[in-house]
Amino acid sequence: MIETLVLLFGLALLAATAWCPPKLTRVLGSLLFALTAAVVLRFSFGVSIALVCALVAAVLSYRFLPLLVLRRVVFLVPALVLLIFATTLLMYRAPGNPFANERATSAQVESALRAQYGVPKNAPEFFAIYMRRLLVKGTLGPSIKVQGRTVEELIAPAFPVSVALGLLSLTLSVFIGLTLGILAGLRRNSAADHLSMALALFGISLPNFVLGAAAMIVFSLWLGWLPVAGWGSLSHLVMPAFALSLPNAAIIARLARSGMIEVLQQDFIRTARAKGLPESWVIARHALRGSLIPVVSFLGPAAAATMTGSFVVEVLFAVPGMGQWFVKGAINRDYSVVLGTAIVYFGMIILFNLLVDLAYAWLDPRVRGSDA
Amino acid sequence: MIQQSPSRLALQRLLQNRLAVAGAALLVLIALSCVLLPALLGLDATRTQPALHHLPPSARFLFGTDVLGRDLFARVLVGGRTSLLVGIAATAVSVLVGVSYGAIAGFYGGKVDEAMMRLVDFLYGLPYMFLVILIMLMFSETARGDMLPVFLALGLVQWLTMARIVRGQVLMLRRQEFVLAAELIGASDARILIRHVLPNVLGVVVVYATLMVPSVIILESFLSFLGLGVSLSWGQLVSDGIAVVNPIRSCWWMLLWPSVFLGATLLSLNFLGDGLRDALDPKARS
Repeated sequence: MIETLVLLFGLALLAATAWCPPKLTRVLGSLLFALTAAVVLRFSFGVSIALVCALVAAVLSYRFLPLLVLRRVVFLVPALVLLIFATTLLMYRAPGNPFANERATSAQVESALRAQYGVPKNAPEFFAIYMRRLLVKGTLGPSIKVQGRTVEELIAPAFPVSVALGLLSLTLSVFIGLTLGILAGLRRNSAADHLSMALALFGISLPNFVLGAAAMIVFSLWLGWLPVAGWGSLSHLVMPAFALSLPNAAIIARLARSGMIEVLQQDFIRTARAKGLPESWVIARHALRGSLIPVVSFLGPAAAATMTGSFVVEVLFAVPGMGQWFVKGAINRDYSVVLGTAIVYFGMIILFNLLVDLAYAWLDPRVRGSDA
Repeated sequence: MIQQSPSRLALQRLLQNRLAVAGAALLVLIALSCVLLPALLGLDATRTQPALHHLPPSARFLFGTDVLGRDLFARVLVGGRTSLLVGIAATAVSVLVGVSYGAIAGFYGGKVDEAMMRLVDFLYGLPYMFLVILIMLMFSETARGDMLPVFLALGLVQWLTMARIVRGQVLMLRRQEFVLAAELIGASDARILIRHVLPNVLGVVVVYATLMVPSVIILESFLSFLGLGVSLSWGQLVSDGIAVVNPIRSCWWMLLWPSVFLGATLLSLNFLGDGLRDALDPKARS
């Protein structure tokens, strides 16, 4: 009960950062930034250097970082802590625990195991132990089910796999989506338009594991062109990346189409044409940029969707990525694995959203310079 | 010429859209057969006949049988009940939450709006599957056959888009003369919201709710595929079908039929949703 209240209070606090005045945001943001820097750097450079670096970082970020970024920092650092807390609560609410298995465990053995892995019986204590371990020792803790391994040892080989798959599929979805969408938008109501929108509708309508399984049967079992599943060579990447990219590609195609149609009706396009610019130049230089804006703002959610999809696609194609660890961890109640993967996913999404915002400012001159 | 009401015009436009009408018809057909056929034909989705396992489609078993010799036709129909029910119920939950949240944020505007939307942005950034899996785990043992947790878990992660859309609409309506007029004669906030603002948002809500049903069904099928579903659904059947894919003996029917039903349902929902959007969008009147 108290835990839930704490959680709600944390959420309210998080929302309250919207009221934070600019001055306070500057101070808090640079402080949190320095604190994070100190905690991270300490493990590679030792305490003294890290403290100096943190001090420099605090001053520099107070003076030079744009308010937009500081506001993000003020919001995100507490958000990460809250995420860990909420995940802990949810995991402890789930029936069963990591030490429950078919063979009956005696109470003594269980309490010894609990002490060894740092998994006490209630959630707040676990949260305290976990945070202390994370901040003081800088480790994600031992995996409970995969004996003798820490969570970072499990995630380290899986991380590049997931990143490679995710980036490739995002690139593919942008490429396919933009090509189809722009072609459709330029030739509105033509056969090409109808065909690509029909394709897009299929992409949205079929879950990625159905597409993936169909591709598996056709390309691996019948034609024998690609390996069925697994990981190791480039050819292993093709089907999972495609299966993962199609739903996003479909949405991007639709966005790009409507963006293109809208931009082509704008005054500045008419001006460009009136100046006598060749049509290809008008489209490449003037229209393309504007039509990209809705696509770019979708990329944040698209990255989140790619990760969601990757849970399923990684299981289907036996790709040794992080999604598998998360699902396994959740089913086995391997608390530290679940938290570790959650932290990594959250960090990746934050980073990606920041990149998307920068790209957005670059594409849309109206956003640039406004210190919102 | 007689002036026709906007809703009537919208209905006319919808009926002219052949794809949308076809989608609606197919949807009704699938839903009716899922609900009625198993009882009418006396089909049993759970009776195992080990001697008759892995049979290809025939006159006796229209869609063939599965690993345990269960009638796949019956299983596809019964599984459809779950998928459709989850889609509709979870959408209802998310519409309820999303509309009230978005309406309040948009109506009060300013800092309230900013704080409420910041929370939405935060949740939007999370991989929502992650939340769903955690919520599903919470109920995992009590939930065998009980679908309420699924509705809640899926509904609670799907309301974000709805909240954003409704907020945008309400923010716009808030400044219109009729709302000011209502304020002027002393109507309470609740009355203005419910009587004057929300009816104007209804069209958009209906459109996005229609488009949300397929995404909820997809999410549920993800869960079933990962082994976290709670009862027989299309997702689970597809997953069973994938499990028997192997180069030696292909039981294509086990993958094909649930996929076809799932795909057809999702496609017709999307057709219907797109049709509704075109019909209700005042800008599309040309």
